[in-house]
Amino acid sequence: MRKKQWLYYLPYILWIILFVLAPVALIVYQSFFDINGQATLANYATYFQSGTYLKMTLNSLWYAFLITLITLLFSYPTAYWLHQTKHKQLWLLLIILPTWINLLLKAYAFIGIFSQDGAINHFLGWFGIGPQQILFTNFSFLVVATYIEIPFMILPIFNSLEELNPSLVNASRDLGASNWQTFTKVILPLTMAGVKAGIQAIFIPSLSLFMLTRLIGGNRVITLGTAIEEHFLTTMNWGMGSTIGVVLIVAMGLIMLMTGEQKAKKKVTNK
Amino acid sequence: MNKLGRITLVILVVCAALFGGTVELQKSQGYTQANTLTLYNWGDYIDPALVKKFERQTGYHVSIETFDSNEAMYTKIKQGGTAYDLAVPSEYMIEKMRKANLLKPIDHHRLTGYQNIGTNFLNQPFDPGNRYSLPYFWGTLGIIYNDQLVKKPVTHWADLWSPDYRGQLMVVDSARDMMAVGLISNGRSVNSTNPVVLKAAKDKLDQMAPNVKAIVADEIKMYMVQNEASVAVTWSGEAAEMLANNPHLHYVIPAEGSNLWFDNLVIPKTAKHEKAAYAFLNFMLTPKNAAQNAAYIGYSTPNIPAKSLLPKSTRTNPGYYPSQKVLNRLQVYSDLSPTTVGLYNDLFLEFKMQH
Amino acid sequence: MKKVKWQNVWLVGIFILLYAPIFYLIFYSFSSGDNMNGFRSFTWANYQALFVDKRMIEIVLQTLLIAILSSLCATIVGTFGALGIYETKHRRVRNMVLALNNILMVSPDVIIGASFLIFFTFLGLGLGFGSVLLSHIAFSIPIVVLMILPKLNEMRPALVDAARDLGATDWQVLSKVILPYISSGIFAGFFMAFTYSLDDFAVTFFVTGNGFETLSVEIYSRARQGISLEINALSALMFVFSLILVAGYYLLNQRNQAQKARRKRKAGA
Repeated sequence: MRKKQWLYYLPYILWIILFVLAPVALIVYQSFFDINGQATLANYATYFQSGTYLKMTLNSLWYAFLITLITLLFSYPTAYWLHQTKHKQLWLLLIILPTWINLLLKAYAFIGIFSQDGAINHFLGWFGIGPQQILFTNFSFLVVATYIEIPFMILPIFNSLEELNPSLVNASRDLGASNWQTFTKVILPLTMAGVKAGIQAIFIPSLSLFMLTRLIGGNRVITLGTAIEEHFLTTMNWGMGSTIGVVLIVAMGLIMLMTGEQKAKKKVTNK
Repeated sequence: MNKLGRITLVILVVCAALFGGTVELQKSQGYTQANTLTLYNWGDYIDPALVKKFERQTGYHVSIETFDSNEAMYTKIKQGGTAYDLAVPSEYMIEKMRKANLLKPIDHHRLTGYQNIGTNFLNQPFDPGNRYSLPYFWGTLGIIYNDQLVKKPVTHWADLWSPDYRGQLMVVDSARDMMAVGLISNGRSVNSTNPVVLKAAKDKLDQMAPNVKAIVADEIKMYMVQNEASVAVTWSGEAAEMLANNPHLHYVIPAEGSNLWFDNLVIPKTAKHEKAAYAFLNFMLTPKNAAQNAAYIGYSTPNIPAKSLLPKSTRTNPGYYPSQKVLNRLQVYSDLSPTTVGLYNDLFLEFKMQH
Repeated sequence: MKKVKWQNVWLVGIFILLYAPIFYLIFYSFSSGDNMNGFRSFTWANYQALFVDKRMIEIVLQTLLIAILSSLCATIVGTFGALGIYETKHRRVRNMVLALNNILMVSPDVIIGASFLIFFTFLGLGLGFGSVLLSHIAFSIPIVVLMILPKLNEMRPALVDAARDLGATDWQVLSKVILPYISSGIFAGFFMAFTYSLDDFAVTFFVTGNGFETLSVEIYSRARQGISLEINALSALMFVFSLILVAGYYLLNQRNQAQKARRKRKAGA
């Protein structure tokens, strides 16, 4: 019986070997070569010694944090109230629909909306407010990045709300808990899995955003993704690009292991 | 059968329909392996009507694949697994590809109309004797300004440092081009390799930082048309389209000199249909076709008889067809060693982090 | 007197925000200008240009084919992967696999694309439909797993045990108990995979070749020349089409459920 089960997992295991382990091995291998193809540790030295990359890393972490936080603040109430509507599945599909339009096109639309001569400034003009500089500010960058990520956060939260047993909520109310208490003590803890999935799906990719940083942010915000993109496509210094990639992967592994351990501890104390 | 199974089945049926659709479309367009010419080009960088004309005239079918940066194209051709018959790299990339042995020499005996190409654009250091490449379009790096937003015309690189333009300037996100602006302003060659000289150019750029509003790429075109910034550094090809959309914009090649760039046609080593490739080269050398393409794209054509077929306003515009005197002051990029390219990019990255 | 429900105001606001750029795009698809700057005059020309552009239609079909097929495969592989992770009792191994699972999500597209390219050419695989399909499946699997795993974790083990006690075979447990329970996660995974596939530019760019191209690659490489409004028209059509699809699917589902409910009532009576 156990043996047969192996067959089901085989494609997944193959995938891990071929499309995860092999490319990672390749990236790690490349990170030890400099731009002239000489084996070296210099890339790592550059990364950790030159202030540029460390500053960039902090920058990326900060903006990824902000993007995730803002997205969460918008997504949780949306998912929560969406869940209470009548045709909730339909509305959910309609939340995902905008993501099917090409990202570059949406970015161009935002440029049109935010520009000096754009929709928002026209709107402000009615109130006698002169044209404001909206593009190339941290504000516009955060708005567009959040816009892109919101559906990816709503979906997992919505799913965890779906799973929530309504009788638990009723029980909490019957026991005299206020709406707010019910929410913080029952609903929120029980939907944490969805929130976590959403954060995972957003925080880490946000570290390596690149196109929007240029298009909307005017390269005011420089993330690790921008640097990697440049090393792969402009300098053709794949070694340095891979080095940054390795750092990202290691950071992600650490975060994953840390959250995993915490879970284990919590379960023990609960019992 | 359960719900998941049913849905899977529906999806598979849709897939089959889509597959059938693509096959049908390919058939209706006359795709077969033997008579297809694969052109690896920048997106929307050839008049589609011209492609149709070529197909009608020669019976070949043209399949166009697109790339968005020289380096990305280089990676694709170098790695193999593809069969491009023609590609359109820029000058420094041609040198790099030539050195990497990725190009097939062009047999000049098989060309008709080679003499149509102006001597200014032939025999450049990146490809002596044009053994590997034929000029497709050319242009310059320069300044574009909006006469409604600036008080007096911008004519020199030095103007970019003027405090009048605080937070008004938009520059291209290209290490090589922006370092060139710094280098020319310091009176140096755009192909400098001395780290001290490069550092000085970067320091010069840093002083420009308060003026820089944004560092962007192709989008510069859209921003300038929308009056988002008053002055920008960009390429002449981009400028042509901006000017067409906003009459208040003007393009100038600064008097101190600038960069002269080329996009040339080359035959990659992987080419499978050489005969078709030569037919295409000859087709594009024909003045009438080159002129039609130039009118569609808006870039400057190196084909002299073709230039005379263009409207007068275009061919006499000093921004697109500068005088010999200006041309003499322009410098072409050469392929630098990887270490130097790395230095250019690191310095530019520092500049970006500063701004 | 009806009280204004704040939550509805919020939801309407969110929907307006989400759809504003899309309506902006669609609005300009009817402009006779060259770009999304200043509406000129109303025209159908962009749509006409699109319908005669056979190459563009071919690219659209190819894009959809890749998106649907790759998300289907990714969903199947990912579902079993998630089951595998769920059944792994060893915590270390489990975290390890999860970390591996997430690597492709953290790696920037450019790195993934470049390493897949090296990998495919190393294997001697010709670039084209096959290589693009494989890559899209590969980068969609992790999101499918991430969507399904929370569902599995919420499932009470008693459910499976009960089924086993009642004599269900492994296959029956899977198809009658587990899969229906996690089906909403599976759908979510499928949709996410579909979205990732439609949106991807960098990976596809590196691994495509031999005449095969997707919409994103085409749009990105047109950026140098400025994106024509024909693309807006195309997006508008695709948007309307998916809207109809979503609404149709939903209505069909509603009717089915209503029918089922009626049948149940009859059976009960």
